Amino acid sequence: MEIIHLLFLGLAALAVVAAFNVILQRNPIYSAIGLIVVLCCLAALFLTLHAQFIAAIQIIVYAGAIMVLFVFVIMLLNVREEESRGDRQKYLKWIAGPLFIALLAEIAAVLRLVDTPAPAIANPNQIADPSTSLGTVESIAHGMFTDYVLPFEATSVLILMAIVGAMYLARRGSQAEMDRIEKALGGQGEAEPSTADDHVAV
Amino acid sequence: MVPLSWYLALSAVLFTIGVVGVVIQRNVIVLFMCVELMLNAVNLTLVAFSRFLGDLNGQLFVFIVMAVAAAEAAVGLAIIISLFRNRETLNVDEADLLKL
Repeated sequence: MEIIHLLFLGLAALAVVAAFNVILQRNPIYSAIGLIVVLCCLAALFLTLHAQFIAAIQIIVYAGAIMVLFVFVIMLLNVREEESRGDRQKYLKWIAGPLFIALLAEIAAVLRLVDTPAPAIANPNQIADPSTSLGTVESIAHGMFTDYVLPFEATSVLILMAIVGAMYLARRGSQAEMDRIEKALGGQGEAEPSTADDHVAV
Repeated sequence: MVPLSWYLALSAVLFTIGVVGVVIQRNVIVLFMCVELMLNAVNLTLVAFSRFLGDLNGQLFVFIVMAVAAAEAAVGLAIIISLFRNRETLNVDEADLLKL
C-alpha cells in the first residue's frame, strides 16, 4: 500500500461522505458546502490522473462559478431548512439500504475484471512534441482547436443561448404579468417575494 | 499506481448517490445539485479512462461537459427562480400541475 493508494482512499472517503451530506442534509446551504467538498476532492483526484488542466478548470469553473451561482440563488430565494417531511412510504427506507448494498456488490463484481497495466505518461518537458502529452494546457488546446473545433464553437453558441435564456427567464415581469400572477394565486400572498428588496437594502 | 477499477468504483458510487438524491429530494435546488453530482461522477470516469488509455480525447470531452454543465446550471437556476416566483414554493411535490 503506497502513499498514492492512501491518498486515493482518503480523498474517495471524503468525497463519498460529502456526497451523502449533499443528499441527506436538511438545510440546502449545507448541501451546497458538501457539493463543494466533493468538487475539490475530485479536482485532487484529477491531479493524480495527469489531468492538471481539468483539475484547475474544475476548481475555477465548477467550484468557483457554478457553486457560487447556487449559493446566490439559495440566498436570493431565502431557502430555509426543510420542515419535517411527512413520510408516506416509510417502509421504502428499509428496502433502499439492502438495494444499495446489492448495487455496490454488483459494481465490485464487474470492476474486478477491468484492471490492465497503465501506460507510462511521458514528462511533457522531455518529449519532442509537447502538444501530444497528456493533460497539459498545450495538448488540450492543440486538440481543441484542431480536431474538436466544431464542438468548441458549438459550445460557445450554447453558452450564448444560456446567457440569453437565463436573463429572459429570470427577468422581472411587467406589471400586467405580476397582476395576472397575483390574481391566479387567488390573493394568497404576493407573487413577487417582497423580501428580495430587504436583502439588497443596506 | 492506483488501479483503474478503484476510480471507476468511486465514480459509480458517486453517481449512485446522485441518483438517490434526485429520487428522494423534495427541494428543487438540492435536486439540481444532485444532478451536478452525477455529472461530476461521469467526469471522473472520463478522465480515468483518458489516463489509462493514454488518450487525450477523454479530457477534451470533460472540458465540453463542464462547459455544458455551466450553461445548464445557469438556465436551470433561472427556471427555478421563475418557478419560485409563480408558486412561492421550492417543493417539487407541490409542482404537480402544469396549470398555475
